[in-house]
Amino acid sequence: MSESFEPVIVGFTCNWCSYRAADAAGTARVKYAPNVRLIRLMCSGRLDPTFVMKALAGGADGVLITGCHPGDCHYIDQNYKALRRFLLLRRTLKGFGIEPERIKLVWASAAEGMKLANEINTFVDEVRKLGPLNWPKWDSNGHAALQPRSEQVMEVTA
Amino acid sequence: MSENTPKQDKPKVGVYVCHCGSNIAGMVDVEAVRDWAREHLAEDGVVISRDYKFMCSSLGQELIEKDIKELGLERVVVAACSPHLHEKTFRTASERAGLNPYLTELVSIREQVSWVHTDKAIATEKSKALLAGTVHRVAYNTELEPLKVPINPNTLVVGGGIAGIQAALEIANAGFHVYLVEREPSIGGHMAQFDKTFPTLDCSACILTPRMVEAGTHPNITLLTWSEVMSVSGYVGNFNVTIKKRARYVNEELCTGCGICVEKCPQKVIDDVYEAGLGYRKVIYTPFAQAVPKYPVLDRPNCTYFKNGKCKACEKFCPTNAIDFTQEDEYLNVEVGNIILATGYDLFDARKVTNYGYGRLPNVFTSLEFERLSNAAGPTGGEITLRDGKTKPQTVGIIHCVGSRDKNFNNYCSSICCMQSLKFAHLVKERTGADVYEFYIDMRTPMKAYDEFYQRVLDEGTLFVRGKVAEVTNAAHGPHEKGKLIIQVEDTLVGKQRRIPVDMVILSVGMEPRHDAKQTGQLFGISCSSDGWYIERHPKLDPVTTMTEGILIAGCASGPKDIPASVAQGAAAAARVLDKILQKEVELEPIRATVNEEKCSGCRICNNLCPFNAISFIDDLAVTRINPALCQGCGTCVAACPAGAISGTGFSNEQIFAQIDGLLMGV
Repeated sequence: MSESFEPVIVGFTCNWCSYRAADAAGTARVKYAPNVRLIRLMCSGRLDPTFVMKALAGGADGVLITGCHPGDCHYIDQNYKALRRFLLLRRTLKGFGIEPERIKLVWASAAEGMKLANEINTFVDEVRKLGPLNWPKWDSNGHAALQPRSEQVMEVTA
Repeated sequence: MSENTPKQDKPKVGVYVCHCGSNIAGMVDVEAVRDWAREHLAEDGVVISRDYKFMCSSLGQELIEKDIKELGLERVVVAACSPHLHEKTFRTASERAGLNPYLTELVSIREQVSWVHTDKAIATEKSKALLAGTVHRVAYNTELEPLKVPINPNTLVVGGGIAGIQAALEIANAGFHVYLVEREPSIGGHMAQFDKTFPTLDCSACILTPRMVEAGTHPNITLLTWSEVMSVSGYVGNFNVTIKKRARYVNEELCTGCGICVEKCPQKVIDDVYEAGLGYRKVIYTPFAQAVPKYPVLDRPNCTYFKNGKCKACEKFCPTNAIDFTQEDEYLNVEVGNIILATGYDLFDARKVTNYGYGRLPNVFTSLEFERLSNAAGPTGGEITLRDGKTKPQTVGIIHCVGSRDKNFNNYCSSICCMQSLKFAHLVKERTGADVYEFYIDMRTPMKAYDEFYQRVLDEGTLFVRGKVAEVTNAAHGPHEKGKLIIQVEDTLVGKQRRIPVDMVILSVGMEPRHDAKQTGQLFGISCSSDGWYIERHPKLDPVTTMTEGILIAGCASGPKDIPASVAQGAAAAARVLDKILQKEVELEPIRATVNEEKCSGCRICNNLCPFNAISFIDDLAVTRINPALCQGCGTCVAACPAGAISGTGFSNEQIFAQIDGLLMGV
């Protein structure tokens, strides 16, 4: 974990709120960390957990998921479904030996450019502290040599 | 400009990187991004990569059109601003050149890169990554056709204040039907409570009531007062709305509005809505003489008959037998194509500023109370008096920005209070000859004839003290302050503390979002800013539409406004609705989910996920189907299908996976 580690983070945004929050942050020239690369979805409910897995497998060190505030979903209540998947996904990640803190869910309305920028900065700092997502090395027998970074990672709750 | 040889398996992609003057080029090395795309994305189908100063200019668009025709481009990627600004521009350009618009995508390297980052090298690298993501993605874009749905020509207007009335009249006059819903017994809103309007000093009722009557009698307007919207379903063009029409206990068919029932009702209660708590009303009442509609409302919780089982004075004296104690709430279902929310504002509760003493010191009034005091139809018949209803004030202090421009309460400026306070000063001078002090932070008089009115009030001898009032107290420091209200203020123009004794204090309270604005927003599917006002689609260029197609906002629902601005917004919202109605059908984004029935295992996991009831299960075939007319394209079911049988156009798994790959190229 070198001092100069800069994480790469993939962010999934909702078309109606957080993507527009990113637009608002831009228009207001709010400066934030350049580590996050955003993908626009129509709704946080569209987030298939495999997208997150794909991003982490592809080299991302963290994944940011953003949606409308509870109650404000453009599609009535699909952000609650995103929340459920997010919670389940964190547990699944633990099972894989990946720190659940590498994924984060943030609610940001279209008016909250500043909030989104702050959340991005905080998350980048958090992932920077976690260090790069090192995939386990495989030994000659085809077993993964797991080197957990913390105790918590090993605690897989049923 | 060299051309790459297209790969067999990938569609031919054209990449266009915009400088946006210096907006992008100032922080992103545009040429480097262009060259990188040509070299490193050739394998992904990029056959041409160009940069241009302003891609959105007609010359920039022509560049794309020419390449589509000459090079046979099958996909276009423009790295420029947010798709919410220019996606349509570039998709239309592609369409002109014969390419399906949905094969063109924008990459936001302005809002998401150049405007928010400070290191040119990093910004350039991020631009490359975002561009690669979209180049990978577009390979999987498919040709789409927008869905067209017919528009129901009826419109629902919620809120019968001046903005709602204006909107309803504009649409009704154009020949289309409007349901105007108001929760109070009469339309008119706040404007009906005012005495005069600034800066012309027009009598508020005189200019408002003709509009109210027009709205009340218009053949194209169904007026539903004492009513509230309970539920809304559907989407633009086809909303289904349930409206609760509360029981008035008066049969509208029989009532002539003669007012005998009001006269005979023995029970009086304080009117804290229309009279702002300064006056009384009967239990069966119309809020004011010019109320529209004219039918009274019986206030059930306070009615002697409903409490004790006897009285019925109103029923006994009604000449047309219009009183009906058995009436119940009615629920109406209406179908409309568009909805305008003109739900207005609440006043800031002056009790929250405890140091100004409202509610504790009797002669501290709110601006709305003063409106009622100065109104000829108000509790004092237009006499400006102290709380005792008799004594005329000798000195009056008017405090600006109460609850506004204040970190403890609301940060925003309520925009109307300066002018309102100037109007009060003029009225006090005119009616009582009292000395008037105005305590202001900044004077804000920007609209037509507003500053001239300020000059007039200055000339009339009103005294202006620049400073935020610290306290209003009745604790006298000497005989000259005895029995007075003392205003403690720092006069910031001379740098001096002052104590100014007055008889009457008027708090120019700010505007706040309706206390139930959030719930109302959720009902109609729109959201509020952190201050609680509804969010416009674009604050400058699209101030009356929202993120939800078919739901519009007008007047103070989106923030403090004066009467001219509210009227303009009501008319603007109506124009938007008429534009939709006249097109007879609305084009919806073809972003929809579809089920591949071959792959569907019939597990029904998706069946409960759709809030629009677009998903149904076909028992005979044991498969799920999605109704494309009901599907709104959120993609939640797509993400949930364990068999991968549901695909979402525009945001398919293949597209997203490819975009992730591209974003992480070289990581």
